[in-house]
Amino acid sequence: MLESEFMRLALGAGIVIGVLAPAVGFFLVQRRQSLIGDGIGHVAFAGVAAGILLDVSPVLTALVAAVLGGVVIEVLRSRGGTAGDQALALVFYTGIALGVVLISTAGALNVDLFQYLFGSILTVTRTDLVVIAALGAVGLATVGLLYRALAAVVVDEEGARVAGVPIGGLNIAVAALAAVTVALSMRVVGILLVAALMVLPVSAAGRMAWSMRSTFVLAMAIGLGSSLVGLTISYYADLPPGGTIVLAAAVVFGTAVVVSAARGR
Amino acid sequence: MRVTPAVELDDVSFGYRPGQRVLEGVTLRLGEGEFVAVAGPNGGGKTTLVRLILGLERPGDGRALLFGEPAHRFSQRRTLGYLAQRFELGGDAPATVREVVSAGRLAAGGLIGPMRRRDRELVAEAIERVGLSERADAPLRTLSGGQQQRAFIAKALAGEPSLLVLDEPTTGVDAETQESLAALLDRLHSELGVTIVYVSHEFGAVERFVQRLVLVRRTIVFDGSPQELPGIWHDPSHVHA
Repeated sequence: MLESEFMRLALGAGIVIGVLAPAVGFFLVQRRQSLIGDGIGHVAFAGVAAGILLDVSPVLTALVAAVLGGVVIEVLRSRGGTAGDQALALVFYTGIALGVVLISTAGALNVDLFQYLFGSILTVTRTDLVVIAALGAVGLATVGLLYRALAAVVVDEEGARVAGVPIGGLNIAVAALAAVTVALSMRVVGILLVAALMVLPVSAAGRMAWSMRSTFVLAMAIGLGSSLVGLTISYYADLPPGGTIVLAAAVVFGTAVVVSAARGR
Repeated sequence: MRVTPAVELDDVSFGYRPGQRVLEGVTLRLGEGEFVAVAGPNGGGKTTLVRLILGLERPGDGRALLFGEPAHRFSQRRTLGYLAQRFELGGDAPATVREVVSAGRLAAGGLIGPMRRRDRELVAEAIERVGLSERADAPLRTLSGGQQQRAFIAKALAGEPSLLVLDEPTTGVDAETQESLAALLDRLHSELGVTIVYVSHEFGAVERFVQRLVLVRRTIVFDGSPQELPGIWHDPSHVHA
């Protein structure tokens, strides 16, 4: 498997995303915002469509759209209440509708679109890998530096707000990190499945770990393992890599649920 | 020389909607180092009073000051300790007592990077003060309700607060745990000299310890020593009534 360059590049991208997605997803899941990644994916789709229409790198336009969408979603979410909820739905559906219209205008409503919706890790180029590795490293470093602050907000947001912790800024940082993760993960698992890689490893880890930190580390290990196992199975069984990676994570989650139920947790 | 009160509300009125007053004409001064219970019926405006004191809401009329500064623009927020009405973990991850208490050190210790040694020492000290040293690395969800409450008090203490506000800290715990919590707060008040505002619809547990009792029902209907409280107003649900 490793003698093929496309697999080496795919494994490189899979390793970065396998670690980054759960690291960022950890804070979304803990704050009960598991579907935010999905919502950002919808907006990123509009970015991909704009890129195809304007003949600019779709990954770049998806990155810009995802970051803008993530920030808008966070601002609307922080307003709370029914109006906030409906505004979120508006952003989600406007994103996907705009994407369909733009991509239809570009005449690209065809198989090429599938690589963004479901991933195309086997077509990752060296340049793609450099971009994924560089932005992934920045994302992981940011999570590492802000881990303590983000974890404190998870533990007690109101207490942190009273003590003067800049909650709004930290929430925007999480939204931006989620957006970068979605944009980078497009090539690996696709827009439609990226949220799964941000959520499933974290949910599985939460059922097996004994502290917040161990949940965080275990989630990254499960994400990494799912990426490597999923890619290997997809190579030998000739299956779509994105779906196989997510199914591997789902199997770990299912096992964790059964084991934790058996242990009475 | 006039000593700056920890909390100063001057003729404060507040409503969440126009024309609907939750609080009206509230004037209250709490000195530094006081241990005060704020009580009243559910819906009487206690939590709103807490939010005004902490600067989370701005008065519709009147003014709210914290240590002499407008509460909503208070510059030393890291010196405020707060236990929200429903003290429960935000996430599903099994946070340990030490992780919960460490969260209380964030504002004072800095947002970025790992904790410094001094911060870790203060966290351990706060855990010890509430008697949870032996359970420091246990997941919070494996502790009893009273122990979880102590962990959140330790979290507030870890920030070395000048003002500690507890909003309905005894919700959902039995009378024995309420007594134990009240005794703990009394000890912390004596040892640390921190100003404590204890807000609850039932004040029987702290009645013996507080110097001052404030009853709120849209406005302040009683402000004085618990001994001066007319007998009919004592909390009938409590053994010390």
